[in-house]
Amino acid sequence: MWPIDRLQRRADTPSADAPLILAGRVGNRRVITAACDAARGLGLHVGMPVAKAQALVPDLRIEPADPRADLDALERLALWLLQRIAPIVAVDPPDGVVIDVTGADHLHGGEAALLEMLLGRLTLTGITPRLAIADTWGAAHALARHHRGDAPCIAPPGATAAVLAPLPLAAMRLAPATVAGLLDLGFATIGDLIATPRGPLTRRFGAELCRRLDQALGDAPEPIAPLRPQGLIEVRRSFAEPIGAAETIARYIARLVTELCAALEARGQGARRLDLLCWRVDNRVQTVRVGLATAQRDPARLTRLLTDKIPTIDPGFGIEIMTLTATLAEPLVPRQASSLLEQAPPDIAGLVDLLANRVGARAVYRLSPVASDVPERSVTRVAALSPDQGGGWPGHWPRPARLLPRPEPIETMALLPDHPPKWIAWRGTRHAVARADGPERIFGEWWKRDAEARAVRDYFRIENEAGQRFWIFRAGDGEDRSTGSHRWFMHGIFG
Amino acid sequence: MSDARLTLAALRDRIAHLEGAEGHARKTLAFGVPALDRRLPQGGLALGCLHEVSGGPEGAGDGAVAACFAAGIAARLPGPVLWCVTQGDLFAPGLEQAGLPPDRVIYVEAGDDISLLACMEEGLRHGGLGAVVAEVARLSMTASRRLHLAAKTSGTTGLALRRWRDPAQAEDFGQPTAAMTRWRISALPSVPLPVPGVGRARWRVELVRARAGEPFEMILEGCDDTGHLGLPADVADRPAAAAGRHAFG
Repeated sequence: MWPIDRLQRRADTPSADAPLILAGRVGNRRVITAACDAARGLGLHVGMPVAKAQALVPDLRIEPADPRADLDALERLALWLLQRIAPIVAVDPPDGVVIDVTGADHLHGGEAALLEMLLGRLTLTGITPRLAIADTWGAAHALARHHRGDAPCIAPPGATAAVLAPLPLAAMRLAPATVAGLLDLGFATIGDLIATPRGPLTRRFGAELCRRLDQALGDAPEPIAPLRPQGLIEVRRSFAEPIGAAETIARYIARLVTELCAALEARGQGARRLDLLCWRVDNRVQTVRVGLATAQRDPARLTRLLTDKIPTIDPGFGIEIMTLTATLAEPLVPRQASSLLEQAPPDIAGLVDLLANRVGARAVYRLSPVASDVPERSVTRVAALSPDQGGGWPGHWPRPARLLPRPEPIETMALLPDHPPKWIAWRGTRHAVARADGPERIFGEWWKRDAEARAVRDYFRIENEAGQRFWIFRAGDGEDRSTGSHRWFMHGIFG
Repeated sequence: MSDARLTLAALRDRIAHLEGAEGHARKTLAFGVPALDRRLPQGGLALGCLHEVSGGPEGAGDGAVAACFAAGIAARLPGPVLWCVTQGDLFAPGLEQAGLPPDRVIYVEAGDDISLLACMEEGLRHGGLGAVVAEVARLSMTASRRLHLAAKTSGTTGLALRRWRDPAQAEDFGQPTAAMTRWRISALPSVPLPVPGVGRARWRVELVRARAGEPFEMILEGCDDTGHLGLPADVADRPAAAAGRHAFG
């Protein structure tokens, strides 16, 4: 589907409803190399001669196939993924991208959340993605293309053979002739192949078949050579003797960072994202990714960020190659740092980067006002280094210092419609209300949800006999049932 | 009289020297309430130190009163404020009404107490911040000494806002730490208004422990929108000496 998606994403293509096919040459024949959903619904399929397709469907749109451009576009997509998702991404031609999410999935909230996010973002850009996570490249390749249903698929770790068994042989990344030969012999699924002795298979089809099988099952290694497009700044150091001590790693990180910063400076750029890849002697790769809130090329600061992450590197029997890549770089012009006339405000970008790489970029934030009367909607999180908003919230009504994550139901005794409660019981404790202020009526935002068209909340500020102050509300105006349930809720605690 | 004062000053210098604080001219932040400032060792809250704040017995779980007290102190210090939390239930409009506008605060949500303390230490070491507030449950002697040293080297003030998920753990507040002062702030009933409604908050401000100072407690009005505490009218009208002896016990 990739060539079709690529064409349909192009701005100059009229988004016609006419079914679209791509035509390429196989020998002397012009055949369909890709067909969109609409075309396949009309009975066209890949490999059918174009003349026949034209006879079947009169108003067919035919575009020439362009494998070279497809591959280029796929590389651009892979680069986009490399900059956002994980340090190791490679193109899996003709229509796939393989990502090593080991150690990167938790940054996105787990494997399921990562797939969900990818699905959403790719669909928005006009691509029809099929996603799968599995233990090996081969298994993920097979699952993504051949599992049933369109939902993303996550193979449970260690159960690769069981997951692969029902898939067809075409999922195996074999030459078409081999697949045809296996079908002739009566093999239908990968499970049939797994159950067959390897010797006769190898004699008949060559070593390639068993190699692909081993790779899919994880018995043979299949390293992913990360995509490194032209123009990406990368520095690399290989060691005659494998290294493993934390101090040694830190020393070489410092040297790599110095080289990288020199290269960045030569181009007038600063790094926004750094990937450190440590290739171990057992052919595994340990990755470290750090992000920066603003473009930086200060060696001391970058070194500090990377060395903070050394405890997450498992050197195993030793590291033989370290590469450091500025995956995402932005122009950075030198700026005057200080002036005699005015004192520069303290630079907290370094601190924000340190904290963000320690607890995650989403956990360092500032709060900014939103024009909404509904308390839980009046605050939004913005990036820690976003420009000042200037204003705050309207201050004519007191607001509590703590707001409960969601309002908690309380028991009360109150006179309807306008009076505050006489007492409330919250979390098993009964508070007699000594003083109260209110109501402050807040109307639902009908432009957001239909259910809020008539919703009302009446907020009261109450003080118990010990002086504790709470913010409670009643859902509804106290007279009309359609405005709310008339139940009471605790929503905040005043200081 | 002046001899005694000179001796006292010399002794104080010597203690400061022993504590290794002679490098900095020790700066303080006055609360702006003379009755309170007079009773603090240097006429105010020492800057570049670690201080502890906790809520009273009812407020140990939510720490809303203590949060307002800390926000009021942070609001009156220049520079950005780092507020480290483990649960994100602070309500920024409420903090703004305690004097801390949203543009000045950067929040860090740490997963557990250990990374929370690490974030606080990073903030204190950085030096560009006005104050660092951390809502922490357990604070050991070692951790607090680290934080105190970090605050001392950079001159940033640290406020450890003690807050316990389980109020029964609040006994932990009795354990010694390296903090310069330790405050307990609890809510008191506000002064009845002549009309129905709730007046300005009143707090019982207890200085439980202070290095080179004496513990005391007094009743004050809560932070206004500039972060200043106030002296209740019924106390302010009395002569200061009498107030010191009677009203605050």
